Amino acid sequence: MTTVVRDGLFTVGDSPHLVGGRCGDCGRHHFPLLGTCPYCSSDQITRAELSRRGTLWGWTAVTAPPPGYLGDVPFGFGVVELPEGLRVITRLSHPVEHFTFGMPMHLRIVALHTDENGDDVLTYEFTPEAYDRKIVPTGEAGGGRA
Amino acid sequence: MTRVEITGIGLHPFGRFDGTSVTEMGVVAVRHALADAGIGRGGFQAAFCGAVYAGVAAGHKVLDSMGMTGMPIVDVEAGCASGGAALMLAAGAIRAGQYDTVLVYGVEKMPKGIIRSSFFEPWREQAGLAATPAYFALRAQRLMRESGVTKHHLASVVVKNRRNGVNNPDAMFRKDVTAADVLASRVVCEPLHLWMLCSPNEGAAAVVLRKGSGGGVELAAAALRSHLPGSVLGEATPMSGLATDDITPPTSLAARAAYEEAGVGPDELDVVECQDTDAARELLSYEELGLCNPGDAAKLVETGATEMTGRLPVNPSGGLLSKGEPLGASALGQVVELTRQLRGDAGPRQVEGARLALSHTVGRGANACVTIIRR
Ligand SMILES: [Zn+2]
Repeated sequence: MTTVVRDGLFTVGDSPHLVGGRCGDCGRHHFPLLGTCPYCSSDQITRAELSRRGTLWGWTAVTAPPPGYLGDVPFGFGVVELPEGLRVITRLSHPVEHFTFGMPMHLRIVALHTDENGDDVLTYEFTPEAYDRKIVPTGEAGGGRA
Repeated sequence: MTRVEITGIGLHPFGRFDGTSVTEMGVVAVRHALADAGIGRGGFQAAFCGAVYAGVAAGHKVLDSMGMTGMPIVDVEAGCASGGAALMLAAGAIRAGQYDTVLVYGVEKMPKGIIRSSFFEPWREQAGLAATPAYFALRAQRLMRESGVTKHHLASVVVKNRRNGVNNPDAMFRKDVTAADVLASRVVCEPLHLWMLCSPNEGAAAVVLRKGSGGGVELAAAALRSHLPGSVLGEATPMSGLATDDITPPTSLAARAAYEEAGVGPDELDVVECQDTDAARELLSYEELGLCNPGDAAKLVETGATEMTGRLPVNPSGGLLSKGEPLGASALGQVVELTRQLRGDAGPRQVEGARLALSHTVGRGANACVTIIRR
């Protein structure tokens, strides 16, 4: 079985998406989905499945486990720019040594660690388009809660 | 406008002090500041205390243990800017005519090891997205890309600050280091090596503010600003931001407000203490505070301008890289240092003839404070 690190953050399956919001007043997107636009304070927000593809804007590797993190180190960490005009903080595939600014990236869903019930805890990460597309088998992830 | 003066300063050294409580450190700083101001019990009408990890009524406990209660005692939390926020509130109250004399202090005893911050939601920690040094690293990478900063520039900031710290008995690290040493320390998050990052620690600082009569050191400005939304790598550490690079950072907002309040410009400054949580943060602060043009941080550091022998020494105290960072106390620690500089009391790290000084901290929230003092 699998579960997700936070409900409502992303969809799972063969073409996963991050779930953000689009503001009906200013037209800007945000992530994760909020009830109020973080840019213009409007409450006219509609759920938006964000583009699965973007470009690399920044990256590093985390070498020691940060507070509260139970997964493996090192792991990639950075920012991917999406066509919606959004820069998203994200886990990145590792190693990061050959990453370059602006390189095409795509979203995938990966297992962080196994929880106390023996379930894989899923999160999102971006990996270069050119890399092997290895998507964690899902389908029943989070019982549809994602 | 009412003139506000700094009439007393006090410090408990920054470092690690097992067996000394945060309250006891606060008492040391407050006692020194009150003695320096020549006042005692009943000599101030309000107290504002910067504190982040010290718990409920941390400031109250300090004055309670000294038998100095009865007046309003307010704890102020604004991340790394807590002490600056306390200073702003105190100065405002004096200018409004509410009080004549106010005690401002900051205390901190940061937990050891990996620090859990209530700032992040638990899922974000679990996902590995609460990695503070990784955010610093991403900011450093952008600065390297946009301002021609190299790892050698980053190392040179550490070398400068650690060299200054040798002359500061209140600092945690007092050993000279070389650029080679810095670059040989382990990589925490590329491009940042361990020695390019400051250490969270413990300490306390205190300042007495008084409605002024014309002498001594004047608090010319104390400005606090929060961030504008949309900057993905800003200290607000959001999960996303806008694909634009023209969002004014909170440090620049606070700096502009402070320059306006004091009626001065950055080119008039004699000495600066700025946030150097990591070496890149100091260079970014140069640009955000207007000490150089955007994109020129590398050039400024290359000219040696910010060395003790340069035209604008930055972090003569050794900065957070030498002193360590006790969140609630760090901003007031800078003000104590700069008051010493303006009084000519800074000993071997004295900036000769310093008359106008600026201090700056920025952190979680995001909050940035900039204070300007002059004599
Ligand atoms: Zn909006």
